[in-house]
Amino acid sequence: MCLALPARVVELLPASEGTIDLGGVRKRISLELVTDVQPGDYVIVHVGYALQKLDPAEAERTLALFAESGLTDGTA
Amino acid sequence: MTKGRSDYVRPVDFKHGRVDMTHGGGGRAMAQLIEELFARAFSNEWLAQGNDNALFTVPAGRMVMATDSHVVSPLEFPGGDIGCLAVHGTINDVAMAGARPLYLAAGFILEEGFPLATLKRIVESMAAASREAGVPVITGDTKVVEQGKGDGLFITTTGIGVVPPGVEISGDRARAGDCILVSGTIGDHGVAIMSLRENLTFETTIRSDTAALHGLVAAMVDAVPTIRCLRDPTRGGLGTTLNEFARQSGVGMLIHESKIPVRAEVNAACEFLGLDPLYVANEGKLIAICPPEDADRLLGAMRTHPLGAGAAIIGEVVADAHGFVQMETSFGGRRVVDWLTGEQLPRIC
Amino acid sequence: MKYIEEFRDGDLARRIATRIRAEARPERSYNLMEFCGGHTHAISRYGIKDLLPGNVNMIHGPGCPVCVLPIGRIDNAIELATSHSAIVCTYADTMRVPASNGLSLMKAKARGADIRMVYSATDALRIAQDNPAREVVFFAIGFETTTPPTAIIIRQAQALGLTNFTVFCNHVLTPAAITHILESPEVRELGIVPLDGFIGPAHVSTVIGSQPYEYFAEEYQRPVVIAGFEPLDVMQAILMLVRQLNEGRAEVENEFTRAVTREGNEKAKSLVADVFELRRSFEWRGLGEVPYSALRIKETYAAFDAERRFGIAYRSVADNKACECGAILRGVKKPTDCKVFGTVCTPENPIGSCMVSSEGACAAHYTYGRFKDIEVRAA
Repeated sequence: MCLALPARVVELLPASEGTIDLGGVRKRISLELVTDVQPGDYVIVHVGYALQKLDPAEAERTLALFAESGLTDGTA
Repeated sequence: MTKGRSDYVRPVDFKHGRVDMTHGGGGRAMAQLIEELFARAFSNEWLAQGNDNALFTVPAGRMVMATDSHVVSPLEFPGGDIGCLAVHGTINDVAMAGARPLYLAAGFILEEGFPLATLKRIVESMAAASREAGVPVITGDTKVVEQGKGDGLFITTTGIGVVPPGVEISGDRARAGDCILVSGTIGDHGVAIMSLRENLTFETTIRSDTAALHGLVAAMVDAVPTIRCLRDPTRGGLGTTLNEFARQSGVGMLIHESKIPVRAEVNAACEFLGLDPLYVANEGKLIAICPPEDADRLLGAMRTHPLGAGAAIIGEVVADAHGFVQMETSFGGRRVVDWLTGEQLPRIC
Repeated sequence: MKYIEEFRDGDLARRIATRIRAEARPERSYNLMEFCGGHTHAISRYGIKDLLPGNVNMIHGPGCPVCVLPIGRIDNAIELATSHSAIVCTYADTMRVPASNGLSLMKAKARGADIRMVYSATDALRIAQDNPAREVVFFAIGFETTTPPTAIIIRQAQALGLTNFTVFCNHVLTPAAITHILESPEVRELGIVPLDGFIGPAHVSTVIGSQPYEYFAEEYQRPVVIAGFEPLDVMQAILMLVRQLNEGRAEVENEFTRAVTREGNEKAKSLVADVFELRRSFEWRGLGEVPYSALRIKETYAAFDAERRFGIAYRSVADNKACECGAILRGVKKPTDCKVFGTVCTPENPIGSCMVSSEGACAAHYTYGRFKDIEVRAA
C-alpha cells in the first residue's frame, strides 16, 4: 500500500509547495505536512505530498547493517 | 488572363479557422481543404492527379500490407505528434516483415470544430516524416464527424511493401536457443505521453522515440538474413510483444532485467506512478529474435545504425509448453512477465 | 535514484539471506505476516520467497485499502456519479474493482458517468474550483498514509468557501485491522493460522510512528518489525523477526529508521485529528464489521461530507460464493487454495478484490509467481 518514494527537494515554492527531483524527473508537490525542509533534503512523497523527511544518517546506518548481516557467515 | 471577381476563392483560413461539416461534405470546401492542405503538404504525382485512387506498378515478389489507426491523446507531445506517429507506425508494421515499404494511404476523421492551425501543423509533420522516410502518401480520404463524436482527429494509415526473396520473418518462427534483442531503450514514448496527461504532469526531458525503422531493418536483414522474428513493441510494451511471440511460436522465454536498456528518467517516472517499464509503449524500437550463432553479428549491425545505437541482447528463447516469459530480476530472483491486463493505470497503493 | 537503488542490491540480499538461513532454527517454523500490500508486492516482484529457507513462511495480510473496500462502498461511489451527476474524482487503483450489477468505476465511466482519475487529492480540489456549477466528490481511500492529504484539502475547501466540493470518506486504520486479525478465532483459539510476528507497514508508520504497535507486541506477545518498502528492508526485517523469536522477545523494532520515528509526523496526526473522528464500526471486505477501524468527517466539516450531502445509503453486498478473498485477506488461505484462482478469476476478469489490486495477494501471485506452481524447465 502507499506507493511512496524518497525524492530530493530542489526548490521551495510559495504556499507550502516545492519541486522534487527523482532520477531526473521533477514534480511539484505539497510540503504542507513537513517542517524545516531545505533544498537538498530528501522527503518521502506520496500522492503529491511529502510525508516525512528522510534522515540520511539513518539511511547510511541501515545500509551498514545490511552489509554487516553478511559479514559473519555460517555460525549462528 | 485576368480573373474575374466571381473566380476569386478565399483561401482556407489556417490561422483561425475550424473544421466544419462542409469540409467532409464532398463539395467545394472539401476539395479546397484537400488541395490547400493535404495535396500541398504531401506533394507527389499521385495526389497531383486528383483521383480517388492511385495507380502504380506492382513489383515482382511477395507483398506486405499493414494498417494502423491512430487515436493518441494528446495529439502533440514531446518528440512528435499523431501525424508522424501515423506514418512511422505503419511503415514499421510493414518493415517488421522484413519488407521495404513503398506507399502509404491515409484516412482522416476530423471532429467539427477542430482548429485548422493544429490540423495544418500535424499534416505538415506527417508529410515531413513521409518525405524523410522516402515513403509517399499517395492516396487518402477525409471525413468530418459532429462535435462530440470524435477526439479532435483520428488518422488511419495503410502501407504496402515488398519482401526481398529468401526473407522469412514471422512471429511463429522462434525456436528454443534463439537470442532476443532489443534495438534501444524502452518506455520512452509511453512516459512522454503520460507526462502530459491531465493530473499527471511532471517535468521531464523524455521525448517520444517515434521513428521509421525500415532503414534499420534493411541493415539488419542484410547482415543476418536468418532473422526469425521482428516486431515493434507499441501498446503493451516489451512484455506484451514477448508474450505474443511466445504464444505464436509455442515457446517460452527467459530475459535478464539487468540487460534491458531503460533511461534513468523513464525508470524514475515509472516509479512515481507505479508503472512497469516492461509494459510501457514504444514507437521507435524493435525486438528481434535470431539464431544464437548470428546474435553478435546482428547486434553489431544494429549498433552501427543510428536508430539501433542502444541495442542489446536481453535474453533467450527456451522450450516451455506453457509459454511463460520469465525474467531474472536484477535482484537475483525470477518472476513471470505476464500479459498486460487492460491498460496500465498509475497507482497510489 | 538515491535511497532506492542501494536498497535493492542483489549481493546484499544474498548475504542477508545467508544470515537468515543460518539463524532460522530448523526445528521450528517462522510464520510472519506482512500486513502491508506494498510489502506483498515487493516480496512477489523481487522473488524474495526464493531467498528464504523453507521454514520461514510469509502470510499476506489485509493491508491493501483497495482490497478491503466493500463492494457496497464502490456501489455508492458509482451512484454519486450516475444518480447525482457528480464529478467523482478517484485514485486510479479503484477503477477496476468489480462492484454490483457487473459494474466498476471504469465501466460506469465508459457508460458516460463523469469519473476522473487523479494522482493527488489536490487535483480533486482544483476540479471543484474549475467546475463551480457541478458537484465534485473526492472518493477518499487509503490507510493512515493517505489520510493527511484528505484532511488538508477539506480544510482548504473550507478556507476557500467552496460549496460544490465533498469527500466520500473511506479511510481505514491499520492497528484496528491487526488487532482484528489477532482476535480472530482462527488465530486466537483454533490456532489454525500460526502467526508468530508481523512486518509492520512502512509509510503508514512514517505518519503514525512506531508507538501504536507497542500495544500488540505487549498484549499478544508477538514481535513487530517496521520495514521500509525496498526488498533489502523486507529481508532485514525478516532477519530481525527471526532473531526476536529465537530470543523469545516480543518487541517493536524499527528497520525503517530513515523515515520512521516513535512519534511519527505530529503535524500530520493533528491535522487528521482536526478533521476526522472514529466510526464505531466499519465493514471490511473479507473481515466483516471491524470496530473503531475507520474514520468519518467531523461535524465541524459536515459541509464537506458526501455521505451527509447526498444521503448515501450503504448496502452491504456479499462476495461471490466462490470467492475466497476473505480467507486470503485474513491469512487463512493462500491464492492457490481458491477454486477460481487463475481460472475464472484472473486480472482480466477479477471476481474479488484480491485479484484487482496489483498488491492483492492473488494478483501478486498471478502476475509474478504462478509459474512456480507449475514446473518449468528451461532448455
